[in-house]
Amino acid sequence: MCGIVGLYLKNKKLHSKLGFFLSGMIDNMSSRGPDSAGFAIYNNLKSKNIYKYSLSFKNNASIKSFQKEATKNFKDLKFTNISDHTIVFSSLLPSKFIPYLRSNFKNISIVGYGKSIEIFKQVGNPKKVVKKFKLDKFYGSHGIGHTRMATESAITTEGSHPYSTGEDECLVHNGSLSNHNNLRRKLIKKGKIFNSLNDTEVAAGYISQKLSEKKSIKKSLTSCLNDLDGFYTFILGTNRGFAVLRDEIACKPAVIAENKDYVAVASEFQAMAHLPNVNKANIYEPEPGVIYKWGN
Amino acid sequence: MGKLEDLDFKKNNLRKINNFLQNISYKNNRRNFIIKNPNGEHAVCAGLKEDISVNIKGHVGYYCGGMNQKANIIIDGNAGTGVGENMMSGSIHVKGNVSQSAGATAHGGTIIIDGNASSRCGISMKGVSIIVKGSVGHMSAFMAQSGTLLICGNAGDALGDSIYETVIFLAGKPKSLGVDCEEKKMTKKDLIKIEILLKEANIKKFKSYNFKKYGSARKLYNFKIDNLSEY
Repeated sequence: MCGIVGLYLKNKKLHSKLGFFLSGMIDNMSSRGPDSAGFAIYNNLKSKNIYKYSLSFKNNASIKSFQKEATKNFKDLKFTNISDHTIVFSSLLPSKFIPYLRSNFKNISIVGYGKSIEIFKQVGNPKKVVKKFKLDKFYGSHGIGHTRMATESAITTEGSHPYSTGEDECLVHNGSLSNHNNLRRKLIKKGKIFNSLNDTEVAAGYISQKLSEKKSIKKSLTSCLNDLDGFYTFILGTNRGFAVLRDEIACKPAVIAENKDYVAVASEFQAMAHLPNVNKANIYEPEPGVIYKWGN
Repeated sequence: MGKLEDLDFKKNNLRKINNFLQNISYKNNRRNFIIKNPNGEHAVCAGLKEDISVNIKGHVGYYCGGMNQKANIIIDGNAGTGVGENMMSGSIHVKGNVSQSAGATAHGGTIIIDGNASSRCGISMKGVSIIVKGSVGHMSAFMAQSGTLLICGNAGDALGDSIYETVIFLAGKPKSLGVDCEEKKMTKKDLIKIEILLKEANIKKFKSYNFKKYGSARKLYNFKIDNLSEY
């Protein structure tokens, strides 16, 4: 089943409430996906040279040893710890820092990186997961969330959404893909690295590949319609906003509510019932095979 | 259970509200009810079986009014997947849009949708009348067996795919017709039927002659030896 949610705040005054709204949305979607949950928050930093690396750890002891070890090698590192995740703030370029992390720390999974994005995901009931990460305190322009009912791969943090396979990109998915193994092999040949056997990670990798070939979001998503076999409603997040796509059969639900303050997307209306003035918003279903996009 | 003077989801849960509405006696004098704050809850008013009126003030989730018998349900908002699925009689009036599979397998009664219906509207319908003032999505009236689907707007891809004996009246255009669905000749009886449906839904913008009739070409009813290679 799975539940997906996305919220883009047009009104800057609401940015301080992003986490609060998004946590309610994920909370309401826990009935669609009780196995695990995750979310991505987009929050641009004032300094344009700083990258944020979202790292997930197997246990707390390894967080401390990692921080000790990493500060020995690099001076310019700042850490924020939340539950089993650490966000590393640094001006180190991803091309330098990520290979270092991969080769030196086996207990770390790099859940995402970029100048805006922060990603958190964990196994467990979504209601508990959002509490552990204190999502309601987060600040930002837009966010994406997922509640998972596992079908295609094991219930692990690596198997949870959102999947980030490129700078400031992330993807959540409701559905299942049937040609992900073939596609994964093709993408590995092109140099993509995958951390799980999950179908969504392949879709995320596929879209990242297209975006890295300088294709627009619209073109990248349109090519999904030809190359991905299976059912899907996707929310694709970038540092500028997010996009929604449903496959042409459209069995996987989605509903959009839009007003002057925000755009909300969710699997079910329930997820957005707590948003301000939602009953008066323009509420509609995204049409199959059509790309919807919001952002600046 | 406390007093259910106003059926409010802020004060009562779905089980309590549905249980109350499902067990109203035919002797009960109170026949009109209002539901507040449905907030997209699923299965609101499912399984009602008495001749009562329920006005739902807000958006509902999946299967609203499912299996309904006799009750008249008005939804002041949108409805999710499968509104009025397997309805037997009574009526459902949705003032907003509905999601996919509206009126799925419904046997009788009337469903009126003021907005648009998404894909698979009237899938496998078995006798219900569905009136959509807007447009319907793809695969509408898929394998529809009996009853009438009247659409004032347009229809998506594959309208009436593998249709049996449901009759479709369409004022707009279908993006494409499904397998074994064809345009039919309109009879006088059909025109009268359309006028009755338009009146029932209080539609004044359209007249019976605005509509075209679609139904089964009945070519899939029997096995044809020529098609053997297809299997």
